[in-house]
Amino acid sequence: MTVYYTKEHEWIAVDGAIGTVGISHFAQGQLGDITFVELPAVGKALKAGEAAAVVDSVKAASDVYAPVTGTVSDVNPALEGEPELVNTDAESGGWLLRLTLSDPGELDGLMDRAAYDAYVAEL
Amino acid sequence: MVPNCAEGRLVSNTYNPEDAGNPEDAGNLEDTGNPEDVDDGPAEPLTLPLDAWHRARGGRMVPFAGYQMPVQYEGIIAEHRWTRSHAGLFDVSHMGQLVVSGEGAEAALEALLPADLGLLKPGALRYSLLLDDDGGILDDLIVGRWADTFQLVVNGATKWDDIGHLRERLPDAITLSHRDEQGLLALQGPSAAAALAALAPEPAMAGIAPLAALGFMQTAAYVWQGRPLGISRSGYTGEDGFEISVQAEDITALADALCAHPEVKPIGLGARDSLRLEAGLPLYGHDLSEAIDPVSAGLGFAISKRRRAEGGFPGAVRILALLADGPPTRRVGLAIEGRMAAREGAKVLAGDTIIGTVTSGGFSPTLERPIAMARIGAAHAAPGTALTIDANGRHLGAIVVPMPFVPHRYHRTGAAK
Repeated sequence: MTVYYTKEHEWIAVDGAIGTVGISHFAQGQLGDITFVELPAVGKALKAGEAAAVVDSVKAASDVYAPVTGTVSDVNPALEGEPELVNTDAESGGWLLRLTLSDPGELDGLMDRAAYDAYVAEL
Repeated sequence: MVPNCAEGRLVSNTYNPEDAGNPEDAGNLEDTGNPEDVDDGPAEPLTLPLDAWHRARGGRMVPFAGYQMPVQYEGIIAEHRWTRSHAGLFDVSHMGQLVVSGEGAEAALEALLPADLGLLKPGALRYSLLLDDDGGILDDLIVGRWADTFQLVVNGATKWDDIGHLRERLPDAITLSHRDEQGLLALQGPSAAAALAALAPEPAMAGIAPLAALGFMQTAAYVWQGRPLGISRSGYTGEDGFEISVQAEDITALADALCAHPEVKPIGLGARDSLRLEAGLPLYGHDLSEAIDPVSAGLGFAISKRRRAEGGFPGAVRILALLADGPPTRRVGLAIEGRMAAREGAKVLAGDTIIGTVTSGGFSPTLERPIAMARIGAAHAAPGTALTIDANGRHLGAIVVPMPFVPHRYHRTGAAK
């Protein structure tokens, strides 16, 4: 399984044709306490860069974009009762949704962990 | 991910509630969190006397009203709850502390404010409004009297404009001083009185009551370890508490001493905003502005009985007519269904018709649901009215509710508990 990051602070962990999507630990720290997550319907087709979910925090509502093109195959059921999982476990238990990838080649345009860490360090 | 309202970029270090992104911009990527867009503060934020103290305690500093200020320490919800259950210490040194003195100061101020200052006894405080000639609200403030001198505490983002307005309008015989050598700390919450009492501030002179006898909306001069403190029993959270004017050189020692109490923690601007929203207290620049009169803003109580009868304050003709006829719009509280917050700028609808705009909104940590203040058509303002909010295209159900959303717990001398 390989994890990729976007400049908009999403991560996608890819296992075969399925990618699990969330927001980075850095992003959750910037947003502050998360109070609500709006997730897409399973089966929704998303283009890369299209708004996939909304993360509402005490500070602001933020769109989460699909890192790559795909179809929503699953959403994290735990977030309805515990949106704060995105704060406490952003890059694992606080995942948002799973996508069936349409074009795994799109992953080449994303950053790996080291590149993302370097990117964040520059912000 | 990119915030779809209030802030342009996720990683912007700018806090928005007072610096006010243009609500019309919700959904776009413009960086509306830049304070230079919206206030007249200096382009480069100034630092306040407690700056290093905030940083040492892990405060996340952001530009706000022209100053670097802490938006949060451990997290807004935790800080909010701590203030409601224990006591929070807020640095509000950005606010303007003004003194108006001289022969005829009372009449001169009454020409600019709708308060009946003749009713204000020495040591008493009152909420009032600086009005323009059309009755628009230039600022909201607390006015207090010491003998024939008046103190005004005004908002940080508006203080320079307020000073200009006062200098222009006050007669030459009246002196206006800006006490910018003073810092201001707010200690708020059910443990505030015990925490301040533990420092044992003494009355500064004969005739001043001991701190324990200081009632809500009263102020007096005290001394703590030889340092002068102007202590007011007032605040912006709905809790019992104090606002303490302290010399800049003493503020770090005072903040350290207060936070040494196990029930006191430093609290940032983020929780200050969510606390005041729950308390139903309007925020200037958001819920109040020059475009809004006191009657529409639900602040008719600030227009004293004698002033209603006599007029003689800016915008009196218009304001008295609004009091008599009822305002076209009102400031209301909204309880929002579901979990998604509605924020400033979101339109409020009755059926398909836009009848107003959200002026402040967010998640209420106490009620664990989103709440908002809105300015809406008066015909829709009755509690219980069901409305809809358009939050970036999502329609949220909302019910008009009375404010405060969370009951006030001010210290009322002799009041039943």
